Amino acid sequence: MVEIGHFALVLAFALALVQSAVPLAGARSGNDRLMAVGGPVTIAGFALVALAFAVLTISYARSDFSVANVWENSHSLKPMLFKITGTWGNHEGSMLLWVLILTFFGALVAVFGSNLPASLRATVLSVQGWIGAAFLLFILATSNPFARLSPAPIEGQDLNPVLQDIGLAIHPPLLYLGYVGFSICFSFSVAALIDGRIDASWARWVRPWTLGAWAFLTGGIAMGSYWAYYELGWGGFWFWDPVENASFMPWLAGTALLHSAIVMEKRSALKIWTLLLAILTFSLSLLGTFLVRSGVLTSVHAFATDPSRGIFILCILTLFIGGSLALFALRAPTLAAGGLFHPISREGALVLNNLFLTTAAATVLVGTLYPLLVEALSGDKISVGAPFFNLTFGPLMAPLLVLVPFGPLLAWKRGDVLAAAQRLMTAFAGALLAVMVTLLFVDGASVLAALGIGLATWIVLGALTDLAVKAGVGTAPFATVLRRLAGLPRSMFGTTLAHLGLGLTTLGVVGVMAFQTENILAMKPGQTTGISGYTLRFQDIVPVQGPNYTERRARFTLLDAGGRARGEILSSKRFYPVRQMPTTEAGIRTLGVSQLYVSIGDDTADGGLVVRIWWKPFVTLIWGGALAMMAGGAVSLFDRRLRIGAPARRRRALQPQAVAP
Amino acid sequence: MTRKQKRLSVIAGGLGFLGVAVALTFYALGQKASYFYMPADLATATLEPGQRIRLGGQDEKGTIVRDQGAEVEFSVTDKERSVKVAFSGILPDLFREEQGVITEGSFRPDGVFVADSVLAKHDENYMPKEVADSLKAKGVWQEVTQ
Repeated sequence: MVEIGHFALVLAFALALVQSAVPLAGARSGNDRLMAVGGPVTIAGFALVALAFAVLTISYARSDFSVANVWENSHSLKPMLFKITGTWGNHEGSMLLWVLILTFFGALVAVFGSNLPASLRATVLSVQGWIGAAFLLFILATSNPFARLSPAPIEGQDLNPVLQDIGLAIHPPLLYLGYVGFSICFSFSVAALIDGRIDASWARWVRPWTLGAWAFLTGGIAMGSYWAYYELGWGGFWFWDPVENASFMPWLAGTALLHSAIVMEKRSALKIWTLLLAILTFSLSLLGTFLVRSGVLTSVHAFATDPSRGIFILCILTLFIGGSLALFALRAPTLAAGGLFHPISREGALVLNNLFLTTAAATVLVGTLYPLLVEALSGDKISVGAPFFNLTFGPLMAPLLVLVPFGPLLAWKRGDVLAAAQRLMTAFAGALLAVMVTLLFVDGASVLAALGIGLATWIVLGALTDLAVKAGVGTAPFATVLRRLAGLPRSMFGTTLAHLGLGLTTLGVVGVMAFQTENILAMKPGQTTGISGYTLRFQDIVPVQGPNYTERRARFTLLDAGGRARGEILSSKRFYPVRQMPTTEAGIRTLGVSQLYVSIGDDTADGGLVVRIWWKPFVTLIWGGALAMMAGGAVSLFDRRLRIGAPARRRRALQPQAVAP
Repeated sequence: MTRKQKRLSVIAGGLGFLGVAVALTFYALGQKASYFYMPADLATATLEPGQRIRLGGQDEKGTIVRDQGAEVEFSVTDKERSVKVAFSGILPDLFREEQGVITEGSFRPDGVFVADSVLAKHDENYMPKEVADSLKAKGVWQEVTQ
């Protein structure tokens, strides 16, 4: 049974090699039959990888401990959901998921790419084939998930308890859909370089892929952040951990790509830059995969590692990044450059956005790789953490956030900053009001915190202003406003939603960083403590038996300022006997958009329990904002223009012929 | 301004921004990167008062002392030298005797290391990579066999 999976993977590798060479050869020589090989081979390759993945999943579901990978990462007592998600809760399985998604996207191009120029489609599929072949070889050579054990052990070693959570079902698939989604943009760029041709229809094709990948990546990062927040028991939402940075860099570059692709599609400018950005974004995704999978970093994501894997991924990395950049250097000068434009315009604003985002991505890259570099050169071990990023990333992003509301209000070609500023007066007044209110009515608010709140308000109101101006709120009657709103293209709502989400996330980050309060103390049953107007009473601590763990559950009663009970908060420590590992299950109570976070520690000498309580104002907005960004991406994706873009191009191409005779 | 002047000023603005970013990055790397030490390295290291470092090693057996509240003290050792560490808060789940640990903070004038964060991230042998590498280099590393 399991050998079927292994066999399917070997076949998929063979097909990937065919996919790498044949369609490309067809495209170069203009042979239609060779080009036509690309589609079926890509789809068959996807089917084979899906089969391999299904076989592995079934082995997990059935707790087949004769498979080494299942034995190392599963246990028969584990709940079924975690048996299935455990498939990718380990190095081999997660690489298989990576390749599954890669081949899935390739198959999507094969299925829906029928309106692409045949040679472009064939070349794109071949480039996808190169990536697929490299990673399939990596799996087969160094990370075979189907290795057998003989004799088969009776019981497995269980999955790392930290990963036994619903987060594992959502975070890695979303993150990989994002990471790997950018591979399509990469393949399109490389194909354009090989073809030596790039036009607006190219951008119309690349933009939805960028949007989709970006929306998934946003969701994946947000889910990872929320998971770390509730599971690790420290109540932090972002640690500037190298592994987090590894996913954040492609996000920053992808956000830049998203914006520059608009310029290219609408104005046929920034062509070469967009191309480079697409290559860089996927390169950063590959770098992220390398950092996480090679074990050069210490983190919860570094599964059991093996140096040969690191070297293998480093080779893939060098080959693809080096190769694509070399190709870019060679071919980019032959591409027709795009049009020029005035610096004060929508295009100019988007260029500024790109400048800020890529610079920010570069500082994150430096901060992430610097410790590796120093260790390689001098042997000194250093760590670059939050203080570094707060000092560099913060000041670089702040001006961008101030400028965000201006962008959509500037016209293409030649914009008018003064007119945009006039329209933003209401938003500015609202932001100013927020600053004043924070300073006057919030105890202990620093000027910086108040400015932060003002900035977030500015972005939120600015995003709404754009929509309001276009619908004519305040100048036209209500019915007209509604009709105009209904008539606006969906991508405009997408922009507003995404920028609104950015403002909400900013508000959440500022709220937590500036106004979070914390209380660490030892409590005995019956004792109470106050935090941010609420009272928490420690009731008792009870033992609980779970399916594959034992739990000490502390029960707290939450009382509001009036002394009324507002429900129970449960916070516990679990112990997983198979792995001999404890985990923390924080007690979280959402109140409005804020949260009360209770985590318990060890017993004190006199029979008390160490309890750590945080009041986290606005914290849910951090992830709520990310969800809004994701929704913005999705709404844009369903814009009519993107869906019917390619057929429209074909119609235009036909028209001159009809007129010619 | 002529067209050429405009273009030049745009380019100058962009380069100026990049210059600021580069300067900020270098400054921050110099100021905010913290070095990693094992207890034995501290004999030869020159630390400024209050300088933030990361101190790694094993949690020495039998040294964990808790008071009535959330304060806890323990010693970090590399089998050559030990350093007393004071920490206020909840120790991570994976913190345990004779296992690898990384603490971050600075020295108090009385020689006690005051940590504001304690990490007990681990690989399969319950040892942070930095700590495992250093212990291997000192020859006190023992492979844990399962």
